[in-house]
Amino acid sequence: MTFDDWVLALHVLSAFAYSAGVVLFWVLVVAVRRTDTPERTIRMEPVVKIGNAAVGIGAGGTIVLGIWLAFSVGGYDIWDGWIVAAIVLWVIAAAIGRRTGVAYMEGMNKAQELRTAGQTGSSAELLALNRTSRGVLLHFLSSVVVLLILIDMIWKPGA
Amino acid sequence: MSVLATVRPDSWNFPLFLHVLGAMILVGGLVTGASALAFARGEARLLRLGYWSLLAVSLPGWVIMRIGAQWIYSKEHWDDVPEKVRPGWLDIGVLIADAGGLILLVSLIAGGVGVYRLREGKGSGFLKVTLVLSLVLLAAYLVAAWAMAGKPD
Repeated sequence: MTFDDWVLALHVLSAFAYSAGVVLFWVLVVAVRRTDTPERTIRMEPVVKIGNAAVGIGAGGTIVLGIWLAFSVGGYDIWDGWIVAAIVLWVIAAAIGRRTGVAYMEGMNKAQELRTAGQTGSSAELLALNRTSRGVLLHFLSSVVVLLILIDMIWKPGA
Repeated sequence: MSVLATVRPDSWNFPLFLHVLGAMILVGGLVTGASALAFARGEARLLRLGYWSLLAVSLPGWVIMRIGAQWIYSKEHWDDVPEKVRPGWLDIGVLIADAGGLILLVSLIAGGVGVYRLREGKGSGFLKVTLVLSLVLLAAYLVAAWAMAGKPD
């Protein structure tokens, strides 16, 4: 394997990490819809951290290694339409992903607040925050953008 | 280098997309399932979440990945290539995909028993087996993804 083969393999593995994070957050989006107590909400935190790590490593790896490949591999250029499209989509996905995280952290923060106040029972307010429709919409949009990146990477329009 | 820049025929793209999408769903389900099982510390709700992630996400992902794999395999006419000259990355991928499917099935059966025992108020030992198997699977599928992408000799 050449150095570029290794970079390509790590680029693809980064894409797997990114998509794994997206899938993980879909499972959590569904799981927290029935979560109305601070304890149960906070119990999700370690899983959220794994998702954040997967998305962070995946997003960083795909963009850095992808740009490296665009410069290094013969036949491709950074200004190729499909590569520019991938970079633009990556920026959009990152921006939407950050907003999704903010939307869902409201529930986690509320759960911490309730626990600190000694309230351990069901909370309608917490349930409403965990069921954020804005968060679902944002996560749906970021998932669609990530899917578009995959389609762009496979079809390479204009290459 | 020329292999990296090769543009494949358009008719191969959709089967490849299906294969990669399925693999990503499979790995996503494994990461979710393993995380939930690992951090559950005996809590029934998280243990069930981990098991259902494997059943409702990883298993369909594996099926999509395998269908896509077989489709692209036939499109690329690997059946016509003698086994001796078939590239190593292909053998790694096929072996891990199929053996992994079997291990996934075993982990789901163990997990199913574990979830049933959990409902009966018994221990979560079977779900620990599921956790270990899902971590093994995760490592194996990452090796497969590396082999498929890097195509080692």
